[in-house]
Amino acid sequence: MLASDEDILAKAEVWKGSGKGVAIATVIETWGSAPRPVGSHLVIDEEGNFLGSVSGGCVEGAVVAEAADVIADGKARTLEFGVADETAWRVGLSCGGRIRVYVERVD
Amino acid sequence: MRLDTLKVLNAERAARRATILVTDVVSGEQRLVKGADIATDHLAEHLDAALRMGKSRSIEDNGRNYFLTVQAPPARIICIGAVHISQALAPMARLADFDVTIIDPRTAFATPERFPDVRLLADWPQDVLGTVGLDRYTAVCLLTHDPKIDDPALIAALKAECFYIGALGSRKTHAKRLERMMAEGFDEASLGRIHAPIGLDIGSVSPAEIAVSVLGEIIMSLRKKPLRKETGA
Repeated sequence: MLASDEDILAKAEVWKGSGKGVAIATVIETWGSAPRPVGSHLVIDEEGNFLGSVSGGCVEGAVVAEAADVIADGKARTLEFGVADETAWRVGLSCGGRIRVYVERVD
Repeated sequence: MRLDTLKVLNAERAARRATILVTDVVSGEQRLVKGADIATDHLAEHLDAALRMGKSRSIEDNGRNYFLTVQAPPARIICIGAVHISQALAPMARLADFDVTIIDPRTAFATPERFPDVRLLADWPQDVLGTVGLDRYTAVCLLTHDPKIDDPALIAALKAECFYIGALGSRKTHAKRLERMMAEGFDEASLGRIHAPIGLDIGSVSPAEIAVSVLGEIIMSLRKKPLRKETGA
């Protein structure tokens, strides 16, 4: 079975409980065709391990990289991905949609 | 997110209780609203609507933008009767992401061979429903045709305000069922919540086709009608 959103947030608690730095990424907005619905989670630990998804695999790498900064400085931020921006040519959504992802640290 | 917030959120979900995490995505300010506290919250209308759809979403209120992370307990289906319809319904319901439990005290029916990979309880409903724990995110299908087995489950399902209660049987059978439930003290409003004959009227003939009509009716009840408001914690 794929990890459900429940397993994902439970894992965030376990990782944090074991003393690791942890960030939670949440899809907060989608436009056009987006592979994962609003509310989908990706949790990331300080070593770059992650569980869950915010897209069909297109932008997870970029979110994981950004999460490292969030874990380091504790500042939550909102990321946007889509075909229209420059990043998208590197990590963009092949489906042509756009998504906004909120990344926050577990404190 | 604060770790203690995350802990409460995970604990509430494990207990099959709804929560909504309200995040101001600009300031990062965050709070968790339990299902039982939604009615008195200043964002009650937004929170209630989001919970009914079971969907996380962004909202605007008084010029501020919030993101609502909605945690609605996963819906599940309990079939009373390890019968032919249940054999078809169980795998279909699992594909549609419902947890399925089959209850039937008749050990000739309730065998793992007939129900592989499904939670199967060869017990009387009244003995195990307390442990299974009915709630408003549970659908109950009464499929045995036997009042001895169906009725105790029906009484429990009505009391627990299950979002769906369906009962197999002819209109005549159902009329008698209603008389027995009246005698148990249920009023017409609660008895009106029983879907009988069970399933959408799609002309089903085979057990598998009846299972499709039942699953369709369950999904309709879950998505199209508001879930009853949470009362108590």
